[in-house]
Amino acid sequence: MNIVVCIKQVPDTESQIKIGADGKSIATDDIKWVMNPYDEFGVEEALRIQKAKGGTVTVVGAGPKRVTEALRTALAMGADKAVLVEDEGLYGADPMAVAKILAAAIKPLTPDLVFLGQRAIDDDAGLVGSALAEYLDMPNLSVVTKLDLGEGSVTIQRPVEGQTLVLEAPLPAVVTTQKGLNEPRYASLPGIMKAKKKPLEVKSLADLGVDAAGKASVAALNPPPSRAAGKTIGGETPQELAAALAKALRDEAKVI
Amino acid sequence: MAGVWVIAEHRDGAFRKITFEAASAAKTVADGLGVEVTAVVLGGGLEAACADLGKYGVAKVLYADSADLNVYSTEGYAAAVADLAKSGAPDVIIFGASMQGKDLAGRLAAKLDTSVAVDCTALKVDGGKLIATRPIYAGKIYADVLVTGAPQIATLRPNVFDVVETGGSAAVEKVSPAVGAIKVKQVEALAEEGGKIDLTEATIIVSGGRGMKEADNFKILEALADALGGTVGASRSAVDAGWRSHHDQVGQTGKVVTPNLYIACGISGAIQHLAGMGSSKVIVAINKDADAPIHTKADFCVVADLFDVVPALTEECKKLG
Repeated sequence: MNIVVCIKQVPDTESQIKIGADGKSIATDDIKWVMNPYDEFGVEEALRIQKAKGGTVTVVGAGPKRVTEALRTALAMGADKAVLVEDEGLYGADPMAVAKILAAAIKPLTPDLVFLGQRAIDDDAGLVGSALAEYLDMPNLSVVTKLDLGEGSVTIQRPVEGQTLVLEAPLPAVVTTQKGLNEPRYASLPGIMKAKKKPLEVKSLADLGVDAAGKASVAALNPPPSRAAGKTIGGETPQELAAALAKALRDEAKVI
Repeated sequence: MAGVWVIAEHRDGAFRKITFEAASAAKTVADGLGVEVTAVVLGGGLEAACADLGKYGVAKVLYADSADLNVYSTEGYAAAVADLAKSGAPDVIIFGASMQGKDLAGRLAAKLDTSVAVDCTALKVDGGKLIATRPIYAGKIYADVLVTGAPQIATLRPNVFDVVETGGSAAVEKVSPAVGAIKVKQVEALAEEGGKIDLTEATIIVSGGRGMKEADNFKILEALADALGGTVGASRSAVDAGWRSHHDQVGQTGKVVTPNLYIACGISGAIQHLAGMGSSKVIVAINKDADAPIHTKADFCVVADLFDVVPALTEECKKLG
């Protein structure tokens, strides 16, 4: 089994996100960078499959040099080797361009399975999975919470609105991972030590013959629309509070 | 043909509400561009429903009555829409950022060598181009995105765009797009117990956090949700404590929701939770801690013990019928 996991490095969920001086990108000075939480499920699933079936787990990232840290985290969890497509301009690039770049990096690895998080928690786009599958000419299985590997095929569960779909695809395939698939392991101290010696290959866009030019651009970033100050509901007893709240929701807000 | 296209989403022989939201939003964009709305309907048994799309501003329907498209597949839908778009050359393609739409977007854009503004909450036309507003960092920032490729594709966050009935009937044209090989097979669709409304589509959400203390206490939220016709959600702490399934998690690492009413019970309001529900239309916070950050986001604050107020509120709501 030859397994590839794509890793994105994103701001930690507790990060305050501020708009940068250009008004089109975020200020990156105060940010704690972590592996995209949804990608952790991909790393874990790859390691579990490797344990059962053998093979190699390669993690692939694209972005500035700091992405090395996220790749090292995946190596510390147990992945065998890493590839970084290093380019300072890639953070915030059009996901379609990123998908093309990842496809160029992944193709020579001839994977049976490609995992990545169902979306990254920074741009929240979720475009790369199915776009990457198209560029690799593979089927894609999105937002997966259960996976069973058969002989040359994979069967998965994918929750959608009010239903869970059971889908089957031949290998090779691209799978995007969702919370619930597994419990990602933490990197152990020996794992972290070992990770330092594992191979991490750095490539440039020129090496791969691709560029970062996308088909979308950010015209402006704005803070979220502001909300009017809230109103404190008054009342002495729970019944009075409940009655006052119900009245406000019905007559003022008109939502019930 | 050009114009603005809408890709319809249907289940069990009926269009889903997001289709009407997308058609209504597409009509506004089409008016701005001075063009018409065309709906693309893939899958059989929908002929009668197709003409009805005229009510929502659709002038024309491209209807592919093909057995290969009865059940949604990423490959089949992407191939069919791309094939139709090559001859039809739409300026803009709009559909829902539902589970189906999110899955389709990347593959379709790759086939058409363009990009997508995903999960948009506002659309406008400026200088003959669509500018789409979308929350990023789970709503901590809003981005105005210009798709420079053609067609411009935008997917819409469910329950944000109003359904507008304009009247009228759409002309239906049968088409037979190339579908190609579909490698993914749908084995079955398992119904969720109780036919629960998904959080991303719910109009009312009653959500519980660490203040719920234990799994069993969520039954008072279930009772309130039942009285209101809503769905129960949970904060990450409640999910991580094992009190609720991860399907119920609202926040940056869970679902981003936009209900008309969000009632946060015993939720302190961590930044990653606020990011997931901050664009709800009306927010109620029920938390005995007056300093909890959730109160700064709420339209209505109730500073009291949720175990007293929630059952009382359920009784009030039942009275309203």
